[in-house]
Amino acid sequence: MKYLSCLSLLCVALLGGCSRDQGPLREGGLVYCAEGSPEHFNPQRVTSGTTIDIISQQLYDRLLDIDPQSGDLLPALASSWQRSADGRTYEFQLRPDVQFHQTHYFTPSRPLQAADVVFTFNRILQPDHPFHAVGGAVYPYFQSVDWTALVTEVRATGPLTVQFQLSRPDSSFLSNLATDFAAILSAEYAGQLLASGRPAQIDSLPVGTGPFFFREYQKDVLVRFYRHANYWRGEAAMAQLVFDIVPNNARRMAKLLTHECDIIAYPRLAELALITERPDVRVQESTSMNVGFWAFNTRKAPFDNVKVRQALSLAINQRAILQAVYFNQATAARSVLPPTSWAFNPQIPLHEYNPQRARELLAEAGYGNGFNMNIWAMPVQRLYNPNALKMAELLQADLAQIGVNASIVSYEWNAFRRRLSQGEHDSVLIGWAADNADPDNFFRPLLSCAAADSGSNRALWCDPVFDRMINQALLTSDQQQRRSYYLAAQQYLHNELPLVAMAHSQRIQALNSQVEGVSINPYGGIALFQARRVQP
Amino acid sequence: MTIYLLRRLFLLGTVLLGLSIFAFSLGYLFPGDPLQNFSGLRYLDDSTREQLTLAYRLDGSYLQQYLAFIQRLWHGDWGLSLASQQPLLTEIRQVLPATLELTSYALLVSFFVGIPLGILAAIKPDGVIGKAISAIAITGYSLPIFWWGLLLIMVFAVGLGWFPSGGRLGVLYEIPPQTGFMLVDILLSDVSYRQAALQDALRHLLLPTLALATFPTTVMIRFVRDAMLDVWEQSYIKTAKAKGLSRLQVLYRHGLRNALLPVIRQIGLQFSTLITLAMLTEVIFSWPGIGRWLIDSIYQRNFPAIQAGLMIISVLVITVNMLTEILHTFFNPLARKR
Repeated sequence: MKYLSCLSLLCVALLGGCSRDQGPLREGGLVYCAEGSPEHFNPQRVTSGTTIDIISQQLYDRLLDIDPQSGDLLPALASSWQRSADGRTYEFQLRPDVQFHQTHYFTPSRPLQAADVVFTFNRILQPDHPFHAVGGAVYPYFQSVDWTALVTEVRATGPLTVQFQLSRPDSSFLSNLATDFAAILSAEYAGQLLASGRPAQIDSLPVGTGPFFFREYQKDVLVRFYRHANYWRGEAAMAQLVFDIVPNNARRMAKLLTHECDIIAYPRLAELALITERPDVRVQESTSMNVGFWAFNTRKAPFDNVKVRQALSLAINQRAILQAVYFNQATAARSVLPPTSWAFNPQIPLHEYNPQRARELLAEAGYGNGFNMNIWAMPVQRLYNPNALKMAELLQADLAQIGVNASIVSYEWNAFRRRLSQGEHDSVLIGWAADNADPDNFFRPLLSCAAADSGSNRALWCDPVFDRMINQALLTSDQQQRRSYYLAAQQYLHNELPLVAMAHSQRIQALNSQVEGVSINPYGGIALFQARRVQP
Repeated sequence: MTIYLLRRLFLLGTVLLGLSIFAFSLGYLFPGDPLQNFSGLRYLDDSTREQLTLAYRLDGSYLQQYLAFIQRLWHGDWGLSLASQQPLLTEIRQVLPATLELTSYALLVSFFVGIPLGILAAIKPDGVIGKAISAIAITGYSLPIFWWGLLLIMVFAVGLGWFPSGGRLGVLYEIPPQTGFMLVDILLSDVSYRQAALQDALRHLLLPTLALATFPTTVMIRFVRDAMLDVWEQSYIKTAKAKGLSRLQVLYRHGLRNALLPVIRQIGLQFSTLITLAMLTEVIFSWPGIGRWLIDSIYQRNFPAIQAGLMIISVLVITVNMLTEILHTFFNPLARKR
């Protein structure tokens, strides 16, 4: 019995010693519970949102930033820039006295210079660059925007001026420089690594100019950053930033409730009701630049017939899907472009649910007795489609109403995408998340003829009229004129319906009520520079 | 005694030999390339393949390969983890102390709680206290640990918020790993927040220790109680009582010493169960020990890691078993004669 009372005494001592929020480090430290480990510490090399959230805005800066509210470009490391009259040369003036991180593996001897920017982009551009293929590096984002064909040369024209030469005018060029992937690295650090024969270290022990510097990474456990004292925007409020890696959704939620996490990524939609009642946590949401859609394989009959596509679209109940699949945490989509985009066309009506009209259209198209088709449902959970299988089941039931017999198909994710690119599907439930604010990022990768060949156009739709519209939009830099092209393109899509846009889902994060200064950036990774703790 | 020890050591050697042969054959039994299973290298180009084939004697007979395998084990070259490409021995050195730490605290609790309660229950087996202790013991014995662990988290971490829900230490504390034992590392470190870190580590320890200790404690209670009752019936106890010794004296001098002897043996027998339960506890409480590491490795089909983990854990269990056996014999002359 003596031992029992000892034990209970110990309990009391532990509990009484510190009430749970007043640890000395807690004041100056922030814990973000992430859903997975980062792949590398170089944003150029990745596209995964998990990695970008952890590394990009924390460790690095870009030449330009995107205003999360308006989507406008803001100066960052480049204080100003000029575009030549022919639209093929851009010159950037760099900010003076921007300091790189001082860490236990690198001490910078000079501030940011043009050489750093040139190094950063030449690493991507030049196949014979000493760092191009280091560690098996590939640059998926820059490949997807065809960067190597667009940019012919990057050179320093002064200690703080950099010039980009383009092969053709491209009004989405600046937006690409503002994405999380275009982080500026240190040429001095790279030189030291090369001299000491450890070039691969550049992507595992990172050096940037961002508000925090790298301290340690324990795989599948945590990533630790400390505050960069000489940050050019001023010091961050938090002295320490830890990314606790908690892949399990329920456990992440539990850790938020026990205050072990200050911010958690991707709480499960079904659990949101649970936390909205608590005063110590709150939920943030913002419509992301993404779209979940149902694409028809327009190279296969009967989906090459626009009437069939319209009939299928009329047959489905979008509102029920928003409720059951997205738990109403999404905006109903009218076209591929989310309403937050400056090129959004508000003239396009909301989706119409009309099975009667759908049957008539099918009959007109010569399929009065219905037909058999398959719906491919992607096997993974994505923000733009949290549960494709469930959505497929709802569609299946809706289609049965108009006499269309749908079967559901799913494969392992890699096999799924490979077979999709080969066009084996009748229709597929998938989606797209944009990497920058430019509307072109929705149209070109999803629906252009080039994308139909390279495989990212899931409808395999190639329409010269549509292609002309989106190409012309890129050649002009007058935003009003571009907008009119995009409005027309959306109207054209609405008539042709190569895909049915379902929803623009909201990105959600839950955080401790004491944490302020954190918001969701619809264009990219989370930024924790301004995060601070306030007493409620 | 010497002969007995030699016999035991011989047995230990035989078991280890069998174990190493089994571990070696896993390299072939696992799916995939044996060279990859042994080395753990994810990408093998032709020149490394050639080099390794030579070093591992893969061109020779199985016996030569096995001898090369043993040699590598002996020199600490256990291959790399397929998942992280880090040396396995380094990884095990990081995770094993966490498991040992948790397990030893649970064992301590089971002694310091289980033995006194067992004795208490045996003093008046039909009294209220005796019955109550037996009831608690049987309840604890039948609790499935994954359910019990989750319940503790639900009530004390999520519900009441008294304790953290998992992990070894709050992530904001940066303690450089030296021994791998958290409490020791904190005491060895020279950080300004040592006191707070220590407290935090203890708070992290409490729930998993409680969950893990439940089973061995209840086993201990039942075992000690039965042993005491058994000893109480012996004639030497009656003699001692007849001599006029007080109840406490009889209990301490004649009862306890004889009743606790089999307990030593019990530790050895319990140890393998304890390790299994520790694995489950580690998964439930996100405790970064060897159990969680091994289970993750199974999910990732990380064959070199599974091989090394199995080897380490079996060697550990066998050695502890053997040691307690020897200790038991050392303290019990009767067993030595047998």
